[in-house]
Amino acid sequence: MNSEHYFEDSADLVELDRYELFEGPAYRFQFKRRDFIKFFGGGILMIMPLTNLLAQEGQRETGDSGRGESNQRVPNEIGAWIHIDENGGVTVYTGKVEMGQNIRTSLTQVVAEELRAPVGSIRLVMADTDLTPFDMGTFGSRTIPTMAPQLRRAAAATRELLIDLAAQQWSVDRSSVRMVDARFFNHDSTRSLTFADLAKGLKLVRVIPENVQSVQPKDWIIAGTSVPKVTGIEFVMGKHQYTSDLKLPGMLCGKVVRPSALNAKLVSVDSKPAAAMGAVVVTDGNFVGVAARDQLSATRAAAAVRAEWKADTQPSNAELFDLLRKTVESRGDGERRGQGRGRAQGSIADGLAAAEKKLEQTYTIAYIAHVPLEPRAALAEWKNDKLTVWTGTQRPFGVRSELAEAFHLPEEKVRVIVPDTGSGYGGKHTGECAVEAARLARAAGKPVKLVWTREEEFTWAYFRPAGVIDVKSGIKNDGSITAWEFHNYNSGSAGIQHRYDIPNQNVQFHSAKSPLRQGSYRGLAATANHFARETHLDELARLVNMDPLDFRLKNLKDERMRAVLGAAAKAFGWGPRKMTPGQGIGLACGFEKGGYVATCAEVTVDRNSGAVRIVRVVEAFECGAVVNPIHLHNQIEGAVVMAIGGAMFEAIQFADGKILNARLSRYRVPRFSDMPLVEVLIVDRKDLPSAGAGETPIVGLAPAVGNAIFNASGVRLRSLPLAPKGLVT
Amino acid sequence: MSRITALNVNGKKLQVDVDSEASLLSVLRDELSLTGSKYGCGEGQCGACTVLIDEQMVRSCITPVGRVAGRRITTIEGLEKDGRLHPLQEAFLKADAMQCGYCTSGMIMSGVALLNKHSQPNRDEIISHMNRNVCRCGTYQRVLAAIELASNRLKQTREAVR
Repeated sequence: MNSEHYFEDSADLVELDRYELFEGPAYRFQFKRRDFIKFFGGGILMIMPLTNLLAQEGQRETGDSGRGESNQRVPNEIGAWIHIDENGGVTVYTGKVEMGQNIRTSLTQVVAEELRAPVGSIRLVMADTDLTPFDMGTFGSRTIPTMAPQLRRAAAATRELLIDLAAQQWSVDRSSVRMVDARFFNHDSTRSLTFADLAKGLKLVRVIPENVQSVQPKDWIIAGTSVPKVTGIEFVMGKHQYTSDLKLPGMLCGKVVRPSALNAKLVSVDSKPAAAMGAVVVTDGNFVGVAARDQLSATRAAAAVRAEWKADTQPSNAELFDLLRKTVESRGDGERRGQGRGRAQGSIADGLAAAEKKLEQTYTIAYIAHVPLEPRAALAEWKNDKLTVWTGTQRPFGVRSELAEAFHLPEEKVRVIVPDTGSGYGGKHTGECAVEAARLARAAGKPVKLVWTREEEFTWAYFRPAGVIDVKSGIKNDGSITAWEFHNYNSGSAGIQHRYDIPNQNVQFHSAKSPLRQGSYRGLAATANHFARETHLDELARLVNMDPLDFRLKNLKDERMRAVLGAAAKAFGWGPRKMTPGQGIGLACGFEKGGYVATCAEVTVDRNSGAVRIVRVVEAFECGAVVNPIHLHNQIEGAVVMAIGGAMFEAIQFADGKILNARLSRYRVPRFSDMPLVEVLIVDRKDLPSAGAGETPIVGLAPAVGNAIFNASGVRLRSLPLAPKGLVT
Repeated sequence: MSRITALNVNGKKLQVDVDSEASLLSVLRDELSLTGSKYGCGEGQCGACTVLIDEQMVRSCITPVGRVAGRRITTIEGLEKDGRLHPLQEAFLKADAMQCGYCTSGMIMSGVALLNKHSQPNRDEIISHMNRNVCRCGTYQRVLAAIELASNRLKQTREAVR
């Protein structure tokens, strides 16, 4: 196997940044109507064609539900389906992945709402490429804005069909049929029918009519409430089986022999000592790995492999930011070298000429690691030329493609199954562990499980991109911003646009050659771009002696942004206050992926020891109609905690192709003792479509804390992490 | 290399045949199929592998199995008594003290160890005891709430018995 094609081109990963949001799948699903019936058996199957979804997405803003006759052909591209079996069991199939964001619960809720059925009666089959419809992946905070509306419509169509069937059985008008707790009643409740009564003996495949009406958020009784995690009991009992917990008969344990450095090439290998220990040893291109009866044997055999690697000299942290500026590259998609990709309006020269004060600053952002607590894991099995891999990934269909390509197989010969996963945060988009396990399993002729060590996870996965951001601005003494020039090198374009009203702007993202493999991370570059922007705004407010909140409001018309800022400031008690020495407050706000966030932070700085402590954080968030308040709360709190790491101390240290702090004892992540008091305010807008919430709540903390540190100490920090070793001045 | 042939896990004497140098975590997971304890870091830093040895909190990933032969090992699978969850398991559900759940069993075992030796810990005591358990999803505030909830429950139960 040539491992090159799946490890290479980290730049493609960064591109998720742009295609994550807009591109529909270029994929044809191969099922035909009779296959559906064969596969699902009897009952009722409701199919949501993808074309409906795309049309609906386009109309989302206007609320136009569309018209037209339902198309009863089985469509080529399918977004979702719901099956009611002959016993009345409801199963929903979706390609989305559960990894802690609790979409298994919220998607169950929206289906329960439409079917007027108890949450416990609905089962979700998720992320199994043989059972669920194609899905591009679980990222970009897209499950709630795109999958939830699909399932709502599919479930609503199922409900309407069931009402029709009940009305037919009783020969009554459908308007007299009532539906309560998954039962249908006639006008005087003398007769009732269950889902099973209606589905029995049927082999019905229906395509959702375009004009189906789902329940409006203001009328929700199950959606919109704090339903507990549907599988919670399995987790507190230790019963949930993650990929790394799975076992197959005859299974071996795998271990990859890693290169001496990143980008190293294999020169020679002596596998005899490992083979003599009874291990299966695979050498194929740049890949060297072993499989043995248990993990200890595999680890010992891998250590016995004598491999020689060769690598060129590679850069280190010290030269990183210069390097990113110097290696700005053309991407061949309209971006010309050095010019970037972005948006300009007005004239920066005019804006600066009109300004009474000007400011030019540079901000930097380190590489950080996702550190999902469950490291990458895969269990691979070959059976009759078909490859099945269980693995924790955010892109089951993407990993299926990687496997098909790596082993020169048609995609229907590969099945990827994703058990509910031990988190991802954007770090599990790729399938390298799956490919490695499958390669070992093919050689061994037995199933092989491969679980990456923490050190492998830190070294051979990918990082949140590092970046350099240059900002040049001009303001009038009344606080109005007249010019805004913003250049982001390498970290990405997510969240680079903003809601401030500035007449003259030039906002650009410049791709660069990254010395480390980089890719998606919760919120992508929105954290970096918000950090630079909101820190710079704080600096501008000080220049004209304005309160940072008033300064922002002066330049903001967007009512939703003003609403979250107002909510956070009020709960926090923003405004003039008596401060003790070393105490400081700061705020920041932001918008990304349909969500609005405002964050206020209070810190204390001990000028003698340099110790910085985040004491209190108040964060207001608005993402349209809320599907599950308690899980939204949990997501926002979690994002704030994760943000503390990147804001305060997380940074990858590297030199010459080696990651120098690839262990939890050397890479500090937020712990209990780092916790401030976190207060979350949710602005529930039942009149607006639901947006996702997995990412945007992470973007406000770093600038709010940096601004608070300035307020406390007079020291302006312009690099993330802000204070890995405390405030050193 | 010496071998270990028996272990006392969750009140049962179980037969094994493992290298004494193997980690307790790998033996629990791979030999005994007790997969509730998780691998997270391999150096005792994240707490996902926490089990109890004679009521004491131990990181099973850095504990050679040879060192615990003959001692009482309790894993997350052994917390439930007579079909009833431990009050801390219930409190985790009530406080929604998890997201992906990968840290949950280790968090619960560490919390149980704390409550065993100190039934009414204050917040600082909880933080210092739990500080080597990592939740990357950031549910710390909820885990704290869950431990306090369980602590109150235990207190009420004791008072009711009295």
